[in-house]
Amino acid sequence: MNLFNIIDEIENIDPEVYGKLSQRRDVIKNIASFGSKVAVAALPFAVGTMFKKAYAADASAPSVVDVLNYALTLEYLESTFYNAGKDKGSALIPAAAATQYFNQVTTDENNHVTFLTSVIKSLGGTPVSKPEIDLTAGNGSGSGPFADVLTNYATFLAVAQVFEDTGVRAYKGQAGFLLKNQVVLTAALSIHAVEARHASAIRQIRSQTPWITSTAGLGNDTGIALVNGNYDGEQNVKQSTVDVTTLKSATSSSTSVAVATAAFDEPLSSTQVLALLQGSFLVKK
Amino acid sequence: MKTESQESISDANMARRSFLRYAGVGVASIGLLATAACHKDHQVTPTPNGVDLGAKNDFAILNYAYALEQLEAAFYLQVAATPFSGITTAETKLLTDIRDHEVLHREFFKAALGAKAIPDLTPDFSSIDFSSRAKVLAAAKAFEDTGVTAYDGAGYLIESPDYLLIAGKIVSVEARHAALISNMITPGSFAGADVIDTSNSLNKSATIAEVLKIANGFLKTKVSAINYGYVAS
Repeated sequence: MNLFNIIDEIENIDPEVYGKLSQRRDVIKNIASFGSKVAVAALPFAVGTMFKKAYAADASAPSVVDVLNYALTLEYLESTFYNAGKDKGSALIPAAAATQYFNQVTTDENNHVTFLTSVIKSLGGTPVSKPEIDLTAGNGSGSGPFADVLTNYATFLAVAQVFEDTGVRAYKGQAGFLLKNQVVLTAALSIHAVEARHASAIRQIRSQTPWITSTAGLGNDTGIALVNGNYDGEQNVKQSTVDVTTLKSATSSSTSVAVATAAFDEPLSSTQVLALLQGSFLVKK
Repeated sequence: MKTESQESISDANMARRSFLRYAGVGVASIGLLATAACHKDHQVTPTPNGVDLGAKNDFAILNYAYALEQLEAAFYLQVAATPFSGITTAETKLLTDIRDHEVLHREFFKAALGAKAIPDLTPDFSSIDFSSRAKVLAAAKAFEDTGVTAYDGAGYLIESPDYLLIAGKIVSVEARHAALISNMITPGSFAGADVIDTSNSLNKSATIAEVLKIANGFLKTKVSAINYGYVAS
């Protein structure tokens, strides 16, 4: 393959290609200098990543405050959900489960709202206000697909599981925007870990594996087809450039899809998350 | 052995992490990494006490994760090979699943790092009584909780968004393990005050030095991170 022909071609269409590649220019030069002897195998990755970076819409990359406000919106949703459940008391949540699980989770989500609000303020940003929320996923009608969420414990648990797993995926999707920001990234990762602890615990109550165990075709292991989108991509078995099913396991020369998917949680972009939540749990104005 | 290609890499003065960002890490680039590994700046330095994570860059952090995953995998392999007395079918299934996850994490880092990987570490589990449920679960909790604080604490040191995402994909699974093990010990302790800051409900995080001090207690091959201010002792 001839990398320079490709760049020349692009230059015909976009004369600013070299400018867009700015800091990458040295790299291109360097790739030329060590030539095809060693780099042939690596070049397809090199080219792909270079152009992805050069043409990625940098302007659309969210600011730190944007990321925190997005997280705050999700925490508003979770805290509203658990507080509403708590208000129902033992009519909804068995006393033992309240003590062993839900009081802890409710406290954590309320704390996350307070924490994120204070961090946004400390950065000079304006915290978003609490959105209008419909826990039945009915976009304000109160009669969405989870209409009995606050009267039927099984539905309440199912929605809790989906919120927690989605929360884990949503935080993961934002980490890259907080790269090298010691304070904010560490805090975000630390909330992310707590959401994963919640997800594990809720899944245990539902007698599911504490981790998301997907099949080759479907990331969603909850048994609720309605939330397939919330788990889309969990069936991925390729990490970096490695298909991890080809790696040896404890008992075999390969790894099962179940293990390969359960051992890695996958991210969701903010666009994906908002598309899933707006117009259902988050009422669209 | 020094080849022409290495001369070129060195002459071009290309930071290794930048190069890897463009090359992508993985099977296809392992051959290239293997040649780069001969270069002295790129070597994993053996120390009198064992192995050092090397120069301050993403490889050191990936090897740090690899060291922890090696330790966890070795532990659960032992748990599965010598189950504690009275283990239930459900417990066997869950602990075997965790073993499989940790083995895969280990194998993934090994494959992704290629020639840059630190050597196989030799564990020392002499302080753990594998016949006792309480002792095994206490050790498992320590490993999982430490793993979560390690990934959370080192995330900001990672320079490549791709590697940060990989770390993120693994840390939440470690947190899922941690919560399960905690609940197996004491139901409802999945996010207890020992692992969560109760004032803001953030998981605790730990420095490389703090984590390696704990990990080295279970390793015959000591791991140090001199560039990050920790020498194995």
